[in-house]
Formats: sequence, structure tokens, C-alpha cells
Amino acid sequence: MKYKSQQVAYWFFALSMVLFILQITYGFVMAFAHLGYDGLHELIPFNAATATHKNLLVVWILSGFMGAAYFIIPDEAERELISIPLVKLQFWSLAIVGVVAVIGFHIGWWEGRKFLEIPRPLDYLVVVNVLLFLYVLLMTLYKGKKRTTTALVLSMGLFFAALLYLPGMVWFDNQTMDSFFRWWVVHLWVEGVWELIMGGILAYLLIKLTGVDREVIEKWLYVIVGLTFLSGVLGTGHHYYYIGTPKYWLMIGGIFSALEPLAFLGMALFAVAMYRKGEKRHPNKMALTWTLGTAIISFVGAGLLGVAHTLPSVNMWTHGTFVTAMHGHLAFWGAYGMLVLGMITYAMPLITGRKMYTKPGASYAFWLSNIGMIGMTTAFAAAGVAQVYLERKVGMDFIDVQQEMEVHFLILIAAASLFTLGIILYIINFFKYGKPTDEALEPA
Amino acid sequence: MLTKNQARTFFLGGTVLFFFIFLGLSWHTLSQEVPKQTHEENMTESVIRGKELFDKNNCMGCHTIMGEGAYYAPELTKVIDRKGEEYCKIVLMSKEPWQPRGRKMVAYAMTEKEAEDVVAFLKWVGEIDLNGFPPEPDLKGKVPTE
Ligand code: HEM
Ligand code: HEM
Ligand SMILES: [Fe+2]
Repeated sequence: MKYKSQQVAYWFFALSMVLFILQITYGFVMAFAHLGYDGLHELIPFNAATATHKNLLVVWILSGFMGAAYFIIPDEAERELISIPLVKLQFWSLAIVGVVAVIGFHIGWWEGRKFLEIPRPLDYLVVVNVLLFLYVLLMTLYKGKKRTTTALVLSMGLFFAALLYLPGMVWFDNQTMDSFFRWWVVHLWVEGVWELIMGGILAYLLIKLTGVDREVIEKWLYVIVGLTFLSGVLGTGHHYYYIGTPKYWLMIGGIFSALEPLAFLGMALFAVAMYRKGEKRHPNKMALTWTLGTAIISFVGAGLLGVAHTLPSVNMWTHGTFVTAMHGHLAFWGAYGMLVLGMITYAMPLITGRKMYTKPGASYAFWLSNIGMIGMTTAFAAAGVAQVYLERKVGMDFIDVQQEMEVHFLILIAAASLFTLGIILYIINFFKYGKPTDEALEPA
Repeated sequence: MLTKNQARTFFLGGTVLFFFIFLGLSWHTLSQEVPKQTHEENMTESVIRGKELFDKNNCMGCHTIMGEGAYYAPELTKVIDRKGEEYCKIVLMSKEPWQPRGRKMVAYAMTEKEAEDVVAFLKWVGEIDLNGFPPEPDLKGKVPTE
């Protein structure tokens, strides 16, 4: 690590870890409720648990992205971050907004819009927070010695992610319009601008870990993010099939969203190709494992499991069932969860100066969490297929179908326990690294 | 072979092109089609108050509506057709958690007027032209369910 200010990434990563474990806890609350054990109903009704689970997910990922950006941008731009106090202010305001939002969900201070439950007054604080973040980042880039493609793609992703938060803050009386713009945030994030962030971080990690020439990596980065927008922007149409919007979206959404896996396939091929081409002399093998892992699992979870229900003729039956939850879990985990964990694995030895590369726990963390998540995906898939058949095709009553599905939730909880064990190992390792030290600084 | 410059042109060009097509289609959808398909003329004060209550109580945190939300409780798009207005009002006004089949709903204890607003909202949603969603169960009666 060359620049002392890169150390601030540590705090964002630590916050990310804490929120992650809390997110998982609420996942269990919901899984048990589905099994019929809803003893917490008075305290944490299902809608409070789900709002917390989904928002903590988004915030721990975003906190991870912010840490990644504070680590990467100085390195790429070749200068210190412009101001550490501003970063500290941004960090604490982020943590406070997060805590207030979560408490709010438990006392009914929210908006009933999936993924966008944070109430509008808090949204304004989120905006201020993100503006502060972007200011520090973009000014650092502007004043830096270099503007690399990797840094530009990463910053563009973060900038547009901030911009796209705004359509989610407008109030509409018409439910269809409300939903229309909710997708501008949710879809255009995960299947649009977040892929730029992913591409940027992936390119950075591959440059560092494989030793392949930057020009080659960055050329393919442009191709991949090009494919992302080519397919993903009009691909938004796959959410406009059945919400009161015109029929032309069936065709447009169907065709373009079916192309979306290309970008994820691109990332997977790109990572594997660079891995094979590179010298692989970097001692941080676990970071490389997570990096390849995220490239491959994102293709499976987002690409394959996404395309599985994206055609209108299929989505007609699966829309709003556990088939969606199956895809949501593996996609978020593969594309963004593993990416953040990979970035942290790469950065921690550099930030703290402790080169703990070959901890056995680190490898177990990777395999347990992935096997667990694939098990969870399978359980959701079995539940989803049963639900679609019994409820949508046969026309059985909702709650009768839910009772048929309980066995799948038992499996879900077993797999989720494996997953959680992996994550606990990961987090223990994280905190074992300790705080940032100056030992790690390379002499200039 | 592709150069880095060509790759960048592909990225920037494609992005700008598809972004503008998307904006155009969105404009057409929202200004021309949605008001018709959702029967905006039927969006009374009561419907709008109903939507506010639906939002404030995060009903979507358990139910789906137009296929969006959580998967803990039944789809509400056509609930008025299925269950009727009176039944829905009783559920919303209940002071005890409603749990006909074991799974609990939050006890909202709404006033009659509030419950009527939510019902008006749900009725309006039920009349939106959703391009055929939710589909008719095509195997109903064809396979034994007992
Ligand atoms: C990393 C990328 C992705 C993530 C994190 C992700 C995540 C999600 C989530 C959380 C939902 C549920 C959203 C809600 O109901 O509010 C969803 C829905 C959906 N996703 Fe993805 N997704 C990704 C990529 C893709 C791709 C590439 C495709 C298609 C090729 C796809 C197809 C779909 C479809 C069709 C739905 C709607 C399901 C329904 O009708 O209920 N997704 N996705
Ligand atoms: C131990 C771990 C976990 C358990 C037991 C769990 C369980 C659940 C349950 C029961 C739901 C609600 C389904 C419903 O609406 O009825 C849910 C939703 C969701 N969870 Fe998890 N979860 C866990 C971890 C995760 C992780 C690690 C991620 C992301 C990386 C994640 C992402 C999501 C998403 C995106 C949704 C919304 C899905 C949708 O509505 O389509 N969960 N989870
Ligand atoms: Fe999407």
C-alpha cells in the first residue's frame, strides 16, 4: 500500500461485516416464520424482518463498495485522498443513517416499497452522505496524477448509482408509476451501474493479482460494461410485463434481458482468461479465489438463474414467487457479496501489514459459504417450482401451498447454517487482522 | 483485433443510444399508456388514501401486489374478487392478529373509513389491465388436489 489515506477503507469494511451478520440474523427470523415459528411476531413482524434483511444487504454492499473505492482510487490516481476528516464525517453519517433506518423499521417508520423502505426524510440524509462520498472521490481523481480506465469505470458506476437513487424518492399516487420508477433504482442498479462498479473492482483485482498487462484488461473492461448497458437498460422491460404497462415491453424486455447474461459471461471468461494468462506470483491466493469465484458465481446466479425466468411466457407463471427469491439470493451473493469479500481479502493484509495469507479458516470460509449458498438456492428453487405448480397452475389456495413448502424451509435453514458458519469464520479472520497500521506503507 | 479505443467507442455509443431509446419508451408508456391501462379516472381520493395506508403499513413487506413484494402472504391484486369487500374490511379492522390458517397478519385495527380506503385501493388495482397477470390456473380440476 502506497498511500496512508487508503487505510480509511478499513472502517467501511468493518461496518460492512457487522451489518452483514445482522442481515443474516434477520434472514433466519424470516425462514423460521415460514416454517411456522413466528414467536417474534409481536416484536419483529415479518414485514419488519424483510425490510431489515433487504436494506442491510444493500447497505453492507454499498459500504463495501465505498471502502473499495477509498482503497482503489488513491492507488490508481497516485495521490492521497483529499481529506481524511471529510471521509470520517461521511463514515459516521453513513453508520448513523443505517442504524436509524434499522430502528425505524421496527417501529413502523418506513415506506412499503420493496428495497426502498427507507423513509423520505432519511433519504435526504442518504443523498447528502453520498454527495460527500462522491466529492472526496472525484476530487481525488481530478487532482490525481493519473486517470486510469479502471478508476473511471469505477467512479462512473458510483456516480450513476447515486443519481439513480433519486427517481426512487418521488411520490406517485398511481401504483403502476410508483413501481415503474422503483425499477429504475432496483433494476438499473443491479443490472446496470453496479456492474460498472463490479467491472472496475474486478479489473483492479485482476491487474494486481495476475500481473496481466493493464491495457489488455482495460480493453475488455470496456467491452463488458458496453454489453451491460446494451442489454441491461432496455432489459428493464422484464419488470414491465405485468404491472399495468403496455404490451410492447413484453417483446423489448424479453429480447434485451435475455442478452443480459452476456455481460456476466464476459466477466467470467475475462477473469478465467486473465488468471490463465497471468504469472500468479501474488501470494494472496485467497483473494484470487474470491475474485474468480465472484466472476463465475455471478454468471450462474445472475446470468443463468436470471434468464431462466426472464421470458414473458415463463415469468407469467413465476413472477412474484420463490423462484424470484432463488435468483435474488445467488445473484446478489455471487455478483456483489463475493466481490466485496474478495476486495476485503485483498486489501486487509495491505492495510494492516499482517500477511496472514494461509490461514486454514480462510479457505473454509470460502467453501462453506459457497456450498451453503448453493444449498439455499436449491431449497428456494424447490419451493419455487412447487409453488408455481400448485398455486399458479393447479390453483390451490396460497396457504395450503405454503404448508406443502415447509420441508424446503427446513433444508433452507440447514444450508443457511452452513453458509453462516462460513461467514462467521470470514468475519473472525477479518477482525484478527486488527486495525490499520503504518507498517504496511511502502516507502515512497 | 479490437483496440482499446474501439472498445471505448462501443461502450459510450451503445450506452447513449440505448439510454435515449429507453427514455423515449418510458415517456410514451407513462404519458400515453399507463393512464389508460390503470384507469386513472377511477383514482378517487379514497383510492389515493388507500395507497398511502398500504404504503405506510408496508403491506408489501408480507404480500405481493402485481407480483411485487414479499412471499409470506397471498397476492393481493385480485383479492377483492376472491374474498369480497366485507371480508377484507374485517381483516383490516381486526384488533387481534388475523390468522385463519395459522399464519399471523399484523393487527392493524383500522377504523372503518381507513379499511374502506384500502379496499378502494385494492379494488382499483384489481381493475388495472395487467396483460393477463395473474394467469388462470390451467390445470385446475385436471389434477386431484386431495
Ligand atoms: C447481479 C445481478 C442481479 C441481481 C443482484 C438480481 C437480483 C434480483 C432481485 C433481488 C430480484 C427481485 C426484485 C424485486 O422483486 O424487487 C430480481 C428479479 C428479477 N431478475 Fe434479477 N438480478 C440480477 C441479474 C439478473 C439478470 C441478468 C436477469 C436476466 C437475464 C435477471 C432477471 C430477473 C427477473 C426476470 C426478475 C423478476 C422476477 C419476478 O418477476 O418476480 N436478473 N433480481
Ligand atoms: C442465512 C442466511 C439467509 C437466510 C436464512 C435468508 C432467508 C430469506 C428469506 C426467508 C427471505 C424472504 C422471502 C419472502 O419474501 O418470503 C429472503 C429474502 C431475500 N434475501 Fe435472504 N436469507 C439469507 C441470506 C441472504 C444473503 C447472504 C443475501 C444476499 C447476498 C440475501 C438476499 C436476499 C434478497 C435479495 C431477498 C429478497 C428476495 C426476493 O424478494 O425476491 N439473503 N431471505
Ligand atoms: Fe431486472
